[in-house]
Amino acid sequence: MKAPVSWIREYVDLPEDLTTEEIAARLTALGLKLEALDKPGHDVTGPLVVGRVLTVEPEPQKNGKTINWCTVDVGGANGSGDPQGIVCGAHNFRPGDLVVVVLPGGVLPGGFEISARKTYGHVSAGMICSAKELGLGEDHAGIIVLPPDAGQPGDDAFAVLPLRDEVIEFEINPDRAYALSLRGVAREAALAFDAPYHDPAQRETPAPDGHGYPIAIDDPVGCPVFVAREVSGFDPTAPTPDWLARRIQLAGMRPISLAVDVTNYVMLELGRPIHGYDADKLQGTVGVRRARAGERLTTLDGTDRALSAEDLVVTDDSGIIGLGGVMGGEATEMSETTTRVLIESAHWDAVSMFRTGKRHKITSEAGRRNERGVDPTICEAAADRVAELLVRYGGGTASPSVTVVGTPPEPATITIPATLPADIMGMDIPADTSVAHLRAVGCEVTVDGDRLTAVVPPWRPDLTDPFDLVEEVARVVGYEDIPSVLPDAPAGRGLSPAQSLRRRVGRTLAGAGYVEVVNFPFVGGADLDRLGLEADDERRQTMRIANPISSEEPLMTTTLLPGLLKALARNAGRGIGDAALFETATVTLPRGTVAAPILPVDRRPTEGEWDDLQKALPDQPLHLALGVSGNREPSGWWGDGRAASWADAIEAVRVVATALGVELTVRSATRAPWHPGRCAELLVGDVSIGFAGELHPRVCTAYGVPARTAVAEVDLDQLLQRATLIVPAPRFSTYPVAKEDVALVVDADLPAGDLAETLREGAGVLCESVRLFDVYTGDQVPAGKKSLAFALRFRAADRTLTEAETGAARDAAVKLAAERHGAVQRA
Amino acid sequence: MSGPNSDYDPVEVTPLKAEEVDAMREAALAAIATAPDLDALKHARTEHAGDRSPLALANREIGALPPQARKEAGMRIGQARSAVNQALAARQEVLEAEHEERMLVEETVDVTLPWDRTPVGARHPLTTLSERIGDVFVGMGWEVAEGPVVEAEWLNFDALNLGPDHPARTMQDTFWMEPADNAIVLRTHTSPVQARTMLTREPPIYVVCPGRVFRTDEFDATHSPVFHQVEGLVIDEGITMAHLKGTLDHFAASMFGDGITTRFRPSYFPFTEPSAEVDLRCFVCRGQEPAVQSCRTCRGEGWIEWGGCGVVNPRVLVACGVDPDRYTGFAFGMGIDRTLMFRHGAEDMRDMFEGDVRFTTAFGSEI
Repeated sequence: MKAPVSWIREYVDLPEDLTTEEIAARLTALGLKLEALDKPGHDVTGPLVVGRVLTVEPEPQKNGKTINWCTVDVGGANGSGDPQGIVCGAHNFRPGDLVVVVLPGGVLPGGFEISARKTYGHVSAGMICSAKELGLGEDHAGIIVLPPDAGQPGDDAFAVLPLRDEVIEFEINPDRAYALSLRGVAREAALAFDAPYHDPAQRETPAPDGHGYPIAIDDPVGCPVFVAREVSGFDPTAPTPDWLARRIQLAGMRPISLAVDVTNYVMLELGRPIHGYDADKLQGTVGVRRARAGERLTTLDGTDRALSAEDLVVTDDSGIIGLGGVMGGEATEMSETTTRVLIESAHWDAVSMFRTGKRHKITSEAGRRNERGVDPTICEAAADRVAELLVRYGGGTASPSVTVVGTPPEPATITIPATLPADIMGMDIPADTSVAHLRAVGCEVTVDGDRLTAVVPPWRPDLTDPFDLVEEVARVVGYEDIPSVLPDAPAGRGLSPAQSLRRRVGRTLAGAGYVEVVNFPFVGGADLDRLGLEADDERRQTMRIANPISSEEPLMTTTLLPGLLKALARNAGRGIGDAALFETATVTLPRGTVAAPILPVDRRPTEGEWDDLQKALPDQPLHLALGVSGNREPSGWWGDGRAASWADAIEAVRVVATALGVELTVRSATRAPWHPGRCAELLVGDVSIGFAGELHPRVCTAYGVPARTAVAEVDLDQLLQRATLIVPAPRFSTYPVAKEDVALVVDADLPAGDLAETLREGAGVLCESVRLFDVYTGDQVPAGKKSLAFALRFRAADRTLTEAETGAARDAAVKLAAERHGAVQRA
Repeated sequence: MSGPNSDYDPVEVTPLKAEEVDAMREAALAAIATAPDLDALKHARTEHAGDRSPLALANREIGALPPQARKEAGMRIGQARSAVNQALAARQEVLEAEHEERMLVEETVDVTLPWDRTPVGARHPLTTLSERIGDVFVGMGWEVAEGPVVEAEWLNFDALNLGPDHPARTMQDTFWMEPADNAIVLRTHTSPVQARTMLTREPPIYVVCPGRVFRTDEFDATHSPVFHQVEGLVIDEGITMAHLKGTLDHFAASMFGDGITTRFRPSYFPFTEPSAEVDLRCFVCRGQEPAVQSCRTCRGEGWIEWGGCGVVNPRVLVACGVDPDRYTGFAFGMGIDRTLMFRHGAEDMRDMFEGDVRFTTAFGSEI
């Protein structure tokens, strides 16, 4: 809401020396937030004077233009009293006209300094101004011709033109619809400075006499009040007076024509949207009803609309002529030939306005006010004000007869304990202060013992609940006086285990050299295709967003890999080909398409209702994804770097699992998007928690990530659930260790992990660790075989082991490997 | 070795002659003194002090002497061997020191060579900032509450006094899940976590809810369809707006330094009444003249818009099963992304979501 300060001051007697900044600050403190301050016209400096054109000599130029060499009487403003010679390109004036002249030394908007300068063979000592040149509007068709009675040559034009003003733009919250008008803003200013207020809606209006335009309301809930007033003999070509056009313009609207401008002006002034019909286009009684299915209307924006049975429509004998309170119809619109105007000043149901506006995607200044709630008691005043202005500036006569149908809804009555404002604010607010402040905002207050009853003012339909009154009292007391008191929270238990563990996961990966990313959870089918997912892959079971930001990414992702790969590709594209990233985020796994219930709000949901609501939501497990591309360790003066590989991805998950006290087992697997020969399934016990390994080369190409990029994705919830919360202290032997190495020749496709597991089992309780230290294939072993060398460490808790004991344990391990895997000890 | 010396003639046992022993000693000492390095000294040790050294061999002859002569010869040899051993030890020490000194010189390296072999990781600043905020409240005894991002419309709107026709619903451009009449949305704020908390815990409730939220904003320098909020909720007996102010002042000081407080302005939120906007005293210029004039953090305002807050609307308490006659509460919320932007001077929101490692690495693992 843009409010010119001169307009505010018209309705409230503010001290002259009050600055606009002070007004804005105090209104902000009351809840009308300062959005911007504009001081139009303050970049124009004089001498800017009224001049009378004495002579006009047209001089055709070679370029085809004709300029006018003029002499202008500027009184004594030029110091000499002689006529001022000025070149002017406009042609909309004659000798004798009063114009606005900026003399040398003046400055126009944009820092445009005026000086006497030679042009078209004359010295032009100044400029005759157009409205646009002065920042008064868009009109650049000609120069400003002032009314004959505007003043005398030499008068200061700042006093004649509505040039300078100060405009406060407020951000108006949805509950303060009354402040979408100068009437409301001025009322707040009166409250802020305790200044006398003159309500512009207070005016004598003619009583309805039954002879006004016939109106029939079919839906008094949707349209409780409908006021109609006719103006006839109106001159449709009459111009809008400058001051009115200027105010509309400063308030952010565009002047269009007198009739339209007047309705907009009254809407800005009083907050009540007005619609004007061309009365000659109306046929018979004007009515209001709900639309019927199948009905259509072409609104004045030229759009043909299918109406809903909930839409409130205005009708006449021809059918539907408007969407009530939202937008008029094309057929009865006022035009440049309209001489009879029917003024509609009606009160509409706010919820209907909201729904119709939303349904038809119509946003307008009128709709914004009607859907937030307008004062229902000022319909007659608004209609009367429109009639007054139309007649004053457009001529004609306002019908003495006014039609008023319906009565305004009763304002709400709210009773509160007198101490409620103090109790809720935690401030010392005596009851009489609350009463005074509620009266100051317009409530009628009665006190009954320790209770206050407030009848809210008609312009405040937002005041419905006891706490609404608390806010009204508190904002007048001043939020700046709220004391600062810490509440006494009961003893808390700190972070939950899962919350602590998630932090541990992040720190562990950061410590291992991985950089966390935060990606959007949106993907498209193409992203899943590029992962190489089969048609029946469960990760293609997605939830779809009805209104996605990008039609390319309308799905809630089921895997974190697309986002991660895009981030790796983006880094590579920016010259960072060696990158290790991770993300922890939830994925969305649909469970079905059951609708979530809309539960009542006047009570707690029942257990059954609550369960139904939970069941309608998708599973949203927390996933961990990580990826590593390029070199894991860079090359340098020390030698070559180490390329990232499938093993890094597995190891990173293992590092996380170890940090959580979870033992991870690994087995080979085949799954998109991984390389079929370099993919590991990761398990905790028998439970698969995810996969890791090198990406399929085609996926690297599809996502534009470096070749051999390795990734992992696991269900982090599964890992966290299995974390060891209380780590048992280890017990270890201080006796000497005995070491035995064995090299075993086995089939090339035997997983090393299986053989290690067998050795550990065969070596028995004395075995402390089994560690693979060499993998050999080549001439020394038969084709189709490989040699795996393990270092076994033995130790007993209570003694130094003998060679015989360790030898026996080693032999047992080798024997079991031979039995189970056909392993042959290498010589 | 000679045979038993039955016909005693000390002169006949040549190695034990005094001058012979002295000569052995002198030869040994000379060899030791001239040994140029540890290897030579090792050789000298074998030659002159080893099992086959002249002195060792001479020592064995002592038994051949008549008893009356053994003592003197033994003493002579013993003294000689002792002198040799001492010389060896001394020379060993000298040579070792020399060796060490030389070795250390030889091993000198260029310590300015880079050793950036270890990859450096980092946690995302939005994560660590969320945690830091959580820690402030955990320190006050609060707990951290969480909830799903794909949420029921009822919890995101209706339960929070945002009915189907509430004008405020159009202020929050919501992502709807298909089919739209299934009433499932991407949560537009973390407030449904508050509703869930009230529905699943008994008061007193003191929780803070950080998390990611969604609105249909285009992705640019100052907007993102995905962003992060932290909200706080307290439900207890006798809770007032003053408690809200006290909590936010403490929060401000914890995050931005002692003396940094908040300012409330009347505002409107459906879920709170009375409601307020929260401004944070600028922690850079502290609103002090003349610094405030050129302050880029608060753009000369002295205050930074931080979030919204208010007393929980009793209608919300009713929908969430809390007795409004017994309990009151307060709630507040602010943007974590926005806080990161002004706290750290991050200028482009896209940096937070594009995964460029240069952005995140700068913040390390704590914030």
